[in-house]
Amino acid sequence: MRLLNLIKIAFKAIILNKVRTLLTMLGIIIGVASVIAMLAIGEGSKESIRNTISSMGSNMITVRPGEDDRGPARGSGGDVQTLTLKDYEVIKEKTTLLSYITPVVNGGGQVINGSNNWPSTIYGVNPEYLNIKVVGLQSGSMFTDAEVQSASKVVLLGQTVVDNVFPDGEDPVGKMIRFNSIPFKVIGVLEEKGENTFGQDQDDVVIAPFTTVQKRILAIDYLNQIMASAVSEDDAPEAVTQVSEILRTQHKLTANEDDDFTVRSMEELISTFSSTSEMLTILLVAVAGISLLIGGIGIMNIMYVSVKERTKEIGLRMAVGGKGSDILMQFLIEAILISITGGILGVTLGLGSTIFIEKFLHWPTSVALYSIIISFAVCAVTGIFFGWYPARKAAALDPITALRYE
Amino acid sequence: MSKEIIKIEDLKREFTMGNETVHALRGISFSINEGEFVTIMGSSGSGKSTLLNILGCLDQPTSGTYDIDGLAVRNLSKNELATIRNEKIGFIFQSYNLLARTSALENVELPLLYNSKVSTEERKERAIKALEMVGLGDRMDHTPSQLSGGQQQRVAIARSLVNNPVLILADEATGNLDTRTSYEIMSLFQELNEKGITIAFVTHEPDIATFSNRTIVLKDGNIIKDYLNKEIQSAATELALLPVEDH
Repeated sequence: MRLLNLIKIAFKAIILNKVRTLLTMLGIIIGVASVIAMLAIGEGSKESIRNTISSMGSNMITVRPGEDDRGPARGSGGDVQTLTLKDYEVIKEKTTLLSYITPVVNGGGQVINGSNNWPSTIYGVNPEYLNIKVVGLQSGSMFTDAEVQSASKVVLLGQTVVDNVFPDGEDPVGKMIRFNSIPFKVIGVLEEKGENTFGQDQDDVVIAPFTTVQKRILAIDYLNQIMASAVSEDDAPEAVTQVSEILRTQHKLTANEDDDFTVRSMEELISTFSSTSEMLTILLVAVAGISLLIGGIGIMNIMYVSVKERTKEIGLRMAVGGKGSDILMQFLIEAILISITGGILGVTLGLGSTIFIEKFLHWPTSVALYSIIISFAVCAVTGIFFGWYPARKAAALDPITALRYE
Repeated sequence: MSKEIIKIEDLKREFTMGNETVHALRGISFSINEGEFVTIMGSSGSGKSTLLNILGCLDQPTSGTYDIDGLAVRNLSKNELATIRNEKIGFIFQSYNLLARTSALENVELPLLYNSKVSTEERKERAIKALEMVGLGDRMDHTPSQLSGGQQQRVAIARSLVNNPVLILADEATGNLDTRTSYEIMSLFQELNEKGITIAFVTHEPDIATFSNRTIVLKDGNIIKDYLNKEIQSAATELALLPVEDH
């Protein structure tokens, strides 16, 4: 009952100073709104990175030749020829944590169909490739192990390649195309996967048996990569260790020699990219948090002014029976009301701008419930913290002095 | 004999200003009975403001006793004093002290907001009744800026009445008003006093004192006169005798 009266009194004081209160609130509103929007952007980009990487196959493990940390002048890891088919066979034989594994050789070239042609990349793999990349077939079928054995001239095309070399919309399955002037029979079309987070078109590919690519196109006997898939996502880190050990033994590396290959899981990739975006999120939230602090100081400032300005009123309230605690509560409630109302408006504005960012700027966003709860709690605490001292000052006034104050 | 509302014995109040001790009240004693209309007079520095603060439970005496409505005020805590102010005393100030941009009704309701025993409905009802008593039943929604000085002081009087106090304390309540309005207000005080309300009125204007039934005169912290008024003037009659103002 008494508290209700005090809330009424505080509410009335706020209503009487609409513009001033609104301007005071603005600091809180902007602070909260930016915290929520920034967190939504941060969470959104993290989520989208995770999603695209997962869609590339979250269990995926890649083995590349050469060291990862070679300096720029020494050429990229792909140029090194330390990975062989023998390595692939040994890993396949000894591993216990991999469900699929394929050798990979790749090279660029021109896909030609009559008068249409398109530059693309051909990947020489084995049939397990589809399981590792988690990609299905839109039409046709995958080549068989027998076709790998015989280095058959068959290919599967990605959607981008199909669109460019079969622009009339005819079914490419069963048609002949040429890749770098070597004729191939199209036996299937890959399901569309779209762009990945890094802007790479995942449909601009040609898939063929690795034997065919090795012998007929690239004329090499080493491998560019070995791709594999761990039994489960949880097993991926251990699988990475296991593959490394197998390869070290196979390459006869002594204990103080560095790896001449790199094994990576998708999980590492995810954390690399997540940590970048996490860092960014922390920075954004820090900036937003500072504006919330400034908002709080704004409240404190205006509460001090308010107490000074209403000294006589405080004296009167005390004279007619207001206790020190009543006065303290009145001003504290006023500060909390300002900050909470600011918080509500801020959350609304934050959600609104998040929707706006998603709709019009097409940035991925994801509003986390915790961001709303946290910023709301921070608001209430801000109100209490920054309202306390001015309220205390008001409550400590001597009624006689306050009544005489001009 | 009627009930003693105020009983003061050997009341002293000293202030320390730097190294000097100022004796604002030097041991005064008096009583005010229920239904009395007392004016407390004295020039500035006589101690009447100090006395008023103590009577109003805004300040505590250095020594001596003060009982209001049978309650000993000495040694009460700040919060207990606030409760006494809320339930037993009605204040009226020279500068009205109304809350700006707040309706007359809400201004009158103010003391009851601090009394949790009074419900919202009762609060409103009592405030309306108090405003009707001071003749402002038709101005309840007006804010102070929409009211004349006399009307504002009437709102303040209504506010002092709303908690049914045992004593109304007026501090130079007519000090900001012209003669005509002063007489109007004094006439209202006399009406209220006739209804049995006890009033202590601090003033330095001798003509105001003629409207009360008792006058206490202070000088340098002592009571130099305390007498009953044999010929109480009627403020209403005096008002009628005033020359009609030119407009």
